[in-house]
Amino acid sequence: MLATLKALAEPHRLHIVEFLRDGPQPVGAMVRRLRLRQPQVSKHLRVLSHAGLVDVRVDAQRRIYALRPAPLQELEVWLERYRRIWEGNFQRLDALLEQMNAAEHKPKEKKRAAKSR
Amino acid sequence: MNNTNTLKVTTPSDREIVMTRVFDAPRHLVFEALSKPELVKQWLLGPPGWTMPVCEVDLRVGGAYRFLWRGPDGAEMGSRGVFREVVPPERFVATERFDDPWYPGEAVVTNALIEKNGKTTLTLTVLYESREARDGVLKTPMDKGVGMSYDRLEQLLASLGAPQLKKEASES
Repeated sequence: MLATLKALAEPHRLHIVEFLRDGPQPVGAMVRRLRLRQPQVSKHLRVLSHAGLVDVRVDAQRRIYALRPAPLQELEVWLERYRRIWEGNFQRLDALLEQMNAAEHKPKEKKRAAKSR
Repeated sequence: MNNTNTLKVTTPSDREIVMTRVFDAPRHLVFEALSKPELVKQWLLGPPGWTMPVCEVDLRVGGAYRFLWRGPDGAEMGSRGVFREVVPPERFVATERFDDPWYPGEAVVTNALIEKNGKTTLTLTVLYESREARDGVLKTPMDKGVGMSYDRLEQLLASLGAPQLKKEASES
């Protein structure tokens, strides 16, 4: 999954992935779309391919690239889990802080609950 | 929930995850809630139904912590680490390693707190090991400081029609 994150953390590669979600594309189309030279595009595609994010097939003279959803799905699972867990944690923390805040401005009994160590 | 205290998640570099969240409380209280075991175990629980039967924190440089969570189906998940920096009430840094790791190696977690007008902004940075990221083809000099918002990634993922996982996170 780090390989996926790393591959996507480069803007041109993210653009390529976003471009490919509309469907498979030959290298030439990506060169035009990204306004990069072909060797650069090919280098990015190699990285994406190595990370398992794209597949290539050869059609006559052209190399056609297509997205592979598996690593992105894996990333989504992780990301959604991460976000949801922390959102839940922080909402509980909000509630706890509210109690602590109230306790700090009130007499001892409540204060003890929040301050005890 | 409300619009000001939403959780922001970003990836400022290829090894970091950064979460930012504002809390309606002064910094010393947030620091306590983040570092005192009897308080931590009240909120750092993860998905619904999970509890934290073990929460031990020795908050000093070189001191260790141990967390263990238990899920509704009895599954357990543990993590441990050592504090590298402790500067109450503004920051603490600790290593993190899960018993049954779902990411390679050890991460370094930094909690930084800034108070403004009685509210506290927590910036939680998780720096992952780069071992896996360094291998193979990816030896080319990395593009540094590339920011990517998870929002954008999520849009991308949504548009790809990646399956929604309803039941996640019940394993370790």
